[in-house]
Amino acid sequence: MPQLPVEPAKAVSEILSRYHGDPARMIEILQDLQEIYRYLPKEVIEEVSHQTEIPINRIYHIATFYKAFHLEPRGETIITVCTGTACHVRGSFRTLDLLSERLGVKPNETSGDLKYTLETVGCVGACALGPIVIINGKYYGHMTPDRMDRVLKRMGIIEKYS
Amino acid sequence: MRSIRKKEDLLNLYENLRKEREKQGKFISVCVDTGCLATGSGAVFSALKEEIAKAGLNPEGEGVKKILRGTGSLGFDSENPVVVIYPEKIFYRKVRPGDAKYIVHKTLLNGEIIERLLYKDPETNEPIPYLDDIPFYKHQKRLLLANHGIIDPLSIEEYISIGGYQALLKALTEMEPPQIVEEVKKSKLRGRGGAGFPTGIKWEDAAKRDSDIKYVICNADEGDPGAYMDRSLLEGDPHSVVEGMIIGAYAVGASHGYIYVRREYPKALESATKAIEDAREAGLLGDNILGTGFSFDIEIARGGGAFVAGESTALMASIEGKPAEPHTKYIHATQAGLYSKPTVLNNVETWANVPIIINKGADWYGNIGTEKSKGTKIFSLVGAVKNSGLVEVPIGTTLREVIFDIGGGIASEKKFKAVQTGGPSGGVLPESLLDMPIDFDTLTKAGSMMGSGGMIIMDEHTCMVDVARYYIDFLSKESCGKCTPCREGLRQMLDILTRITQGEATMDDLDLLEELSYVVKDASLCGLGQTAPNPVLSTLKYFRDEYVAHVRDKHCPAGVCAALIEYEIIPEKCTGCLACKVRCPVGAIEGEKGEVHKIDPDKCIRCGICMEVCTFDAVRIK
Repeated sequence: MPQLPVEPAKAVSEILSRYHGDPARMIEILQDLQEIYRYLPKEVIEEVSHQTEIPINRIYHIATFYKAFHLEPRGETIITVCTGTACHVRGSFRTLDLLSERLGVKPNETSGDLKYTLETVGCVGACALGPIVIINGKYYGHMTPDRMDRVLKRMGIIEKYS
Repeated sequence: MRSIRKKEDLLNLYENLRKEREKQGKFISVCVDTGCLATGSGAVFSALKEEIAKAGLNPEGEGVKKILRGTGSLGFDSENPVVVIYPEKIFYRKVRPGDAKYIVHKTLLNGEIIERLLYKDPETNEPIPYLDDIPFYKHQKRLLLANHGIIDPLSIEEYISIGGYQALLKALTEMEPPQIVEEVKKSKLRGRGGAGFPTGIKWEDAAKRDSDIKYVICNADEGDPGAYMDRSLLEGDPHSVVEGMIIGAYAVGASHGYIYVRREYPKALESATKAIEDAREAGLLGDNILGTGFSFDIEIARGGGAFVAGESTALMASIEGKPAEPHTKYIHATQAGLYSKPTVLNNVETWANVPIIINKGADWYGNIGTEKSKGTKIFSLVGAVKNSGLVEVPIGTTLREVIFDIGGGIASEKKFKAVQTGGPSGGVLPESLLDMPIDFDTLTKAGSMMGSGGMIIMDEHTCMVDVARYYIDFLSKESCGKCTPCREGLRQMLDILTRITQGEATMDDLDLLEELSYVVKDASLCGLGQTAPNPVLSTLKYFRDEYVAHVRDKHCPAGVCAALIEYEIIPEKCTGCLACKVRCPVGAIEGEKGEVHKIDPDKCIRCGICMEVCTFDAVRIK
């Protein structure tokens, strides 16, 4: 397990003070903490429970309920496939399958070497561009397996096609 | 920005800004909302800015007189990036940064129209220079989207310059709260989030409650896949929503408001936050608004990514910092909502209607729409349709008008098959129902619903069983798990649907699927479960043949379900060019150069790359 970049006790107290320790702001508190670590390490959740005196199971209830939160470390490159209905009827599932094959990870999983996270999103609201794939924040519209594969090659994610 | 302390301050400011704005000459507007930026409109904006500066002009202009404006979406998203030159409304489509110098020198400075950037009539191939003449716009009635394109959404001055916050002024200084409630009731405005509950009745109930504190909430947790009108409104005209909320708060006696924004919408979050800050700084939020003694403020609540949070009771739980689990509605939110206090919760589009109703009056508003459902509705026209984007039409317009007159029909040569409305809570409607006027009641009667306004067009290559499976898969993952019928029922429905798409189901499974659908519908706790079976029931009703083909013949007529299809190469057409073989990610294609190729179905993962790259149409789905 790699060393955490910021001491949990320090990060948690800083962010809690931003919200005056108000438990009603727990979703935002956890979101801000996740911004620091890119996921919610166990130590951080324990620290939140410790400092707020809220039972840890309640914090886990929130952290596991919302899709915004990740309890496992995430990959360096995050590939998000929009699986909204408009994208789906234009065949986004084929692109998702191809990515899964190419990266060797299932949807919503991270590769063992922490290089890639492949995830899906319900809809990003840019339906006219569908199917959409977002790679580290950059939008790629009208993605088909063919185009996706070429993007992967250009980015050096795959060396050759077959 | 000066602080607006009393009625006269706002009136004077409006007068000054309006006059300044009247002197506005030509200006260029570029859509810079999420959807447009993804097509590269940011680079177009920068290039135009540079070219305007090079021509010796100041793109920022002075105050509300700007030469270049970054605006909300104009809705015609399949033509993005779109650039419009006002006041003539010259419409340029698919603009690239390299076009900037021509737009500035020819059109802006010399009034010349650049033909190659114009939209062409699909039938006559004639270029159409002006926005209002394009079929996509001609058949619309844009009230809520009227400001998109003409104001910089992040500038409160621009909003005020075109009459923004005048409805608030009227409401606070000329009307008593009960009068406002009465006006909204009379307008017959119904909630645009999905259920269509009459807004005025909701307000009336909250207004009569006696409480130390009341809340108003704006639901911007737009979770229906394929619907993005609320994102567009918040990004393109956030002050109209804020204005609506202040009026609503005054009408019901609320002192505190929340806008709950979905986390997948970072830009909407940004513009809503900016609008609130600017309104507060101007004195339109906070203590003693316009010197009337009325105090109200709005906070942003960030969503955590849960579809069910769009359900009102779940949303309120989420604002309280809890998991977004719904509860029963024996007691209305207007009596005990957020923190058990009287609460009015409306969605973004509903709030945006309020200033229009107050400005123009309920009688005027009542002329638009049908007997029971008034006003306009924004639909997101997406999927297999030619003209994709946001469309605003009077309620009561027919599906055919929206899909064919505005949408231009199917994008490819394929045939129209169905339209899905209402998101995961809605249903799929076949061609025979296209002449139905769209309103809350007709769509519900047909087994679908209007929902928040998603309209997904499907052609012959969409498998209806796959669509039903898709929605149930989505909903089973989004079910919060609190009640058994929804949690377990959807899981079992998904299991049956998956088996159907894999050719492993029996005819008895179809009956079981139908029976389960009714159980989930009748016994679930909240709207998510109660409406979840609609996609299944409506496809079973209108496209039963397709289910039977999957079950009995192990055949997917649309050629979608991976387990039931095989890609094959047509020997007569194959030239042995190796194109598909080189690109196959799993090495499933055999054959040397010049030889007819062959696909090994056991290795094939059905990605379809071979079909995409073949230039001889030699690959087909068996």
